[in-house]
This record gives sequence, structure tokens and C-alpha cells, in this order.
Amino acid sequence: MICNKKGRHFMQGNIAVGEAAIISGARFFAGYPITPSSEIAEHASLNLPIAGGTFIQMEDEIGSLAAVIGASMAGVKAYTATSGPGLSLMNENIGLACMVEAPCVIVSVQRAGPSTGLATKPAQGDFYQFRYGTHGDHMIIALSPASVQECFDLTIKAFNFSERFRCPVFLALDAIIAKMYETVDIPGSDEIEILNRKIASTSDKDYLPYKPDENGVPLFVPFGSSLITRANSSGHGIDGYPCADDKNHDRLVRRLIDKIDRYKEEIALFKEFNISDVEILIISYGCSTRPALAAMKKARKKGIKAGVLQLQTLWPFPEAIVKSAVSQAKLILVPELSLGQLKSEITKYCPKKTVIGINKLGGTTIQPDDILAFLSKEIEL
Amino acid sequence: MKYSGKKYVKEELLPFFWCSGCGNGIIFAALIRAMEENNLEKKDIVAVTGIGCWGKADDYLKTHAFHGTHGRAIAVATGIKLANPLLHIFALVGDGDGATIGGNHLIHAARRNIDIITIMSNNLNYGMTGGQYSGTTPFDSITSTSRRGHAEDAFDISNLVKSAGAGYVARCTIDNPRMIQRFISKAIKKERGFRFIEVINICPTYFGRYNKFNNAVEMIKDIKERTVNIKDIEREGQEDLDGKIVVGEYIDKKVEGFLERYWGKIRNNA
Ligand SMILES: Cc1ncc(C[n+]2csc(CCOP(=O)(O)OP(=O)(O)O)c2C)c(N)n1
Ligand code: SF4
Repeated sequence: MICNKKGRHFMQGNIAVGEAAIISGARFFAGYPITPSSEIAEHASLNLPIAGGTFIQMEDEIGSLAAVIGASMAGVKAYTATSGPGLSLMNENIGLACMVEAPCVIVSVQRAGPSTGLATKPAQGDFYQFRYGTHGDHMIIALSPASVQECFDLTIKAFNFSERFRCPVFLALDAIIAKMYETVDIPGSDEIEILNRKIASTSDKDYLPYKPDENGVPLFVPFGSSLITRANSSGHGIDGYPCADDKNHDRLVRRLIDKIDRYKEEIALFKEFNISDVEILIISYGCSTRPALAAMKKARKKGIKAGVLQLQTLWPFPEAIVKSAVSQAKLILVPELSLGQLKSEITKYCPKKTVIGINKLGGTTIQPDDILAFLSKEIEL
Repeated sequence: MKYSGKKYVKEELLPFFWCSGCGNGIIFAALIRAMEENNLEKKDIVAVTGIGCWGKADDYLKTHAFHGTHGRAIAVATGIKLANPLLHIFALVGDGDGATIGGNHLIHAARRNIDIITIMSNNLNYGMTGGQYSGTTPFDSITSTSRRGHAEDAFDISNLVKSAGAGYVARCTIDNPRMIQRFISKAIKKERGFRFIEVINICPTYFGRYNKFNNAVEMIKDIKERTVNIKDIEREGQEDLDGKIVVGEYIDKKVEGFLERYWGKIRNNA
């Protein structure tokens, strides 16, 4: 148990997520065990009681996310952790979290699918599931770390975004990053910025649970407050009571999307490597980042102007960052442990560029040489 | 005691959207009276519902409320209670919501003795979606998805919840509102553990019509005729209970409840 200790530690990606969750102020975890995410539940069971929080292993992932949303609406920061099969079960309640505007963090460690697939092997096949898994128009945020340090840092950011925008935030891991051990620097608690949802003043006699503030986000009131609040999965007016009016529904759904969309540039987290003179751009996220960087270094040694754009924010898709990074590139390579989900999203924003996917299934890893092989083939042309 | 219900009921939203003859209003009134009888503050109450006709009960409340997804009210309620143990949580579920799509949450909440009250309106079918069969639809009855008769047996839901471990389980019927109120009130006073009240309800619009009841009154009469009290059975010995509705307290035992164990033991010793 490391829990909340400043300093340098050697730990697993999943554990770094758990540590950061507790430092972020999370005090409720509900989940159902699944490889390769179970260490997050185990960590929570061990450490939340000490932090004055509660851990519960629910009967399935549907109930897990339901309990997380309930706890969140009672004013406690809450999270769950799962993998593809569990995420599939959670989908209905992801929409519930969007609709009732419950801040929560859903960690999902990608493994090879579809279905049970290769349970212990990595993949990046849930890129679109994060964004479009639940039905109806909606918007979520998804962040993806590429190192154990980023597991820690992006978990803090995930909780902060969920509190600020009152929406579910995914931490999109993969089996490589989640299971990897690396050193992590944990800053002192005074050095970490922690955001909390804005709470309505109890003297606000005109409080309405779904009246948006100037940023489009309603002020929060926890269950148990003297101000009465309602969470409603059905179409609702700003008072939280049901409303089936067409204009109201239009306004509500647009606001749920817009409150996130209008800040997408702030939400867009990324890292650039050798972008200023880039001709061959490799775009990566999560476990495809390291091979991308290694390939870039080898290519540079051969005099090829290669660079890497690592996306830490997957959704809302950081289109402005991608557009600017690709602008001078002659060739864009997208290595992925899927058949080209990220690639197809990138292609939308640079239809005139040559975008090549380096796609692997089988639960293996992408090797730097897989990327270099494509690179030299293209260069020779 | 004189009841007004004013403290809890959102009067401007009345009348109820429920069909005339529906028993939901009777359960609602009994619930409000039990709240009033126990002097609960509306800030300390959260009504948690799923989707269904009875699941719209929260629309008429001025308390805190969470109207969630179909079948998940008990799981949502679990999270709320564990986040704020001081709250009185009422999960208001139908037999479809609570015993069919959400059956897994029900038995596990009972096993864990999560400290909430669940009030199930058991009208033997899915009212909201047009009278399809549920996990409590009796063998051989007609519903909109068992048009040629029903091949399955029904759950005895109170016995199921009892054997799953709940500290308090009681069954009552729509024709005895005082009994409904008494059981809810007792559940409130018990404070701890999973408390489950099953109300045998009527859905004249669907179950009634499909099964040749001419109106709600006939359905209530039928319930009355078939009702036996668990105390009478205990006193007079087992009679043939086939087709009977056994009302009364199925279990009323002292339990620690999840919170007492988790907060009192696990957290304190951590
Ligand atoms: C996931 C999901 N499946 C199906 C439905 C459709 N649906 C809404 S209410 C309901 C059944 C309601 O029956 P019950 O819970 O018994 O309540 P009642 O209407 O009889 O009071 C169904 C099937 C839904 N809303 N969500
Ligand atoms: S459909 Fe049935 S359960 Fe629903 S309101 Fe009408 S009578 Fe009541």
C-alpha cells in the first residue's frame, strides 16, 4: 500500500490509477472484477476504508455504474474500473450519467475483443465504444495514458474534468500500460490541482437542479441537502421534473453536448515530438506511443524527418491539434492494436493526406520495426 | 392521526398519470402517510425509481429523487445510501423493474442487507409497456406476450427476498391500505438492513382486461377472496395455499446491515 505518499515509487499502471483516484478525493468505488483491470478494485478495497471511503463489489457492471452514479449524486466522488465486456454492460448507464450529469470516472482497460476475446491480451479496439457506446446524442470525455506516470497524472485530470463538466470521463487504458511497472513521481498534495464540482449555496431559494450556469453546467446539490434536488433519466425541465416538450429536449441534449464541446481545446491533451520540421508524422495513443517514439528515433538517425503526435485526449476528438500537426506532413502513420479506428477518425480531418494504418490484432504489441517497415516502403516510393 | 401529505406531495402535478382504477395511488398514499407518521424530513428522503408505471411515483414527490434506468433503482439506491448513510432511501419498483430485469440487484441487496427500503408494486405484468408478462405473472394467465397462456411459473418474490437474507420482508395487498402503511412505517423504524414490502397490486387496464376482469372492483374482490394472513396460517395450521395470497410479515429479524458492518468494523479497523 502506497496511498498518498509523496515521492518516487515503482508501481503498476493500475495501481497508479488507484492512488491518483484517492488523491483526487474519490471516496466510492463500485465494480465487478475483470482482467486486466482488477488491481484497481483490489487497491480500492484495501485503501478506500483507510481514506474514509467505501468499496463495494457489485453483482455486475450494470449495477456497479448505477451505484457509482448514485454515490456521485449524493456528493461523493466515485469511480469504477472494467474492461471491454464490462464496458459493454455499462453502456446504458453511461447515458444515465450523461443525462443526470453525474460526475464519475470510468476506467476501462482495453483487451482483445470482440466478446471475451483474448482476456489477458492488449488491444485498442474500444476507441469508438468510449465515444458512441451508449445510445442517443451525447458527449463524453476520454483520456488515454501511455506510461505509468501518465496513468497517475491523467487520472487526476479525469476526475477534475468530470467534476468541472459534470459528465462521465473515461480513462482509456490498455492491457500493456495498465499491467506495466514503472517509476512514478507523486507530487505533494499541495502541488496537485484538485477540482470539485460547483455547489449551489443553501441560501439559493430559487435553486433548480438543471438550470445551467454560464458554462452550461448546472450547480450541484447533493441528496440530503436542505435544497431539494432531482436526478432524472427521462427528458426533464430545469426543475428536474419530466418534460416531453420537443423544444425542451432539443435544448437539453444540445446543452449536454455543448457544455463539453465548447471547451474541447482546453480538454485536448497531447504530446508532440519533433513536430516542427515533420514530414512523416506518426499519431499514437496509449500502448502505440512507445513503438512510435522508438521508430521516430531510428528514422531520424537515417535522416528521415519523422515526428510523433501522442494523443492523451481521445474524446472530444482533438481535431484542431491533429489538423495543425498534419498540416506540413507528407505522410501520416497510425499504428494501432485495432483495424484502424483512430485512423478513420484522423482521416475525417485530413481527407487530402495519405494516412496509413499499421494495424495488428492477436493481442501482441506493435514493434518499432512494424512502423519502420512501412516508413521505408513509403520513402522508397 | 390526521394526515395532510402536504410536506411531501407535489400537489400542482396531480392528478396522477395512472389509469383510473390503478392501485398505484393507494400505495403512494400509504407511503406518504408512513413518512408523515414517522415525521421524516423531506431533505432526508430520496425516492429512487426505475422505469414503469409505479416508477413514476417520484414525479409527485417534493423529496429528493432519482429517476433512473429500468431495473437499476436498487443498485442506484445502494450507491446513494453508502455515500450518505443518514438518508432514508425508498426504492420504488415494479415487478418488472425489481423482480425481473433488476432481479439480480434485488437478491444481492437482500443478501448484503443494504440499508434501504424497497416497495414493490406487484401487478403481475408490465403495465407501462402494454401488459407483457413479468417474472411474477402467474402460470396460465394471459398477457400481451402470453396470448395463448403462460408457460412459466411465477416467483414468490417475498419468499425469495427472505431466503436471500433480508432483515424485513412483508407482503400486503392493495385492498388494505392501512396494512401497507403499517409495514412501511415499521420498515422506517427498523432503520437497518434491507427492508422489502411487496404490495399485491392491480393493473385493470392490461392484466385485468386480458384475464376477463370487468373492472378494478372485481379485481380487488378477487384479491380479497384469495387473501390469507400468515398469522392465521401459523395459528390454524397449513391449509391448501394454492392460488392464495399470503399477507403478513415473512421475516422481521435483527440484522447489522451492510453499513454497520462496513463503517463500524471494516473502516474502523482499517
Ligand atoms: C433496458 C430497458 N428495457 C426495456 C424497457 C421498456 N420498459 C419500460 S417499463 C417496462 C416494464 C415495467 O413494468 P413494471 O416494472 O412491472 O412496472 P409497472 O409499469 O407494471 O408499474 C419495460 C419493459 C426499458 N425502459 N429499458
Ligand atoms: S397500465 Fe396498469 S399499472 Fe399502469 S397506470 Fe394503468 S392500470 Fe396502473
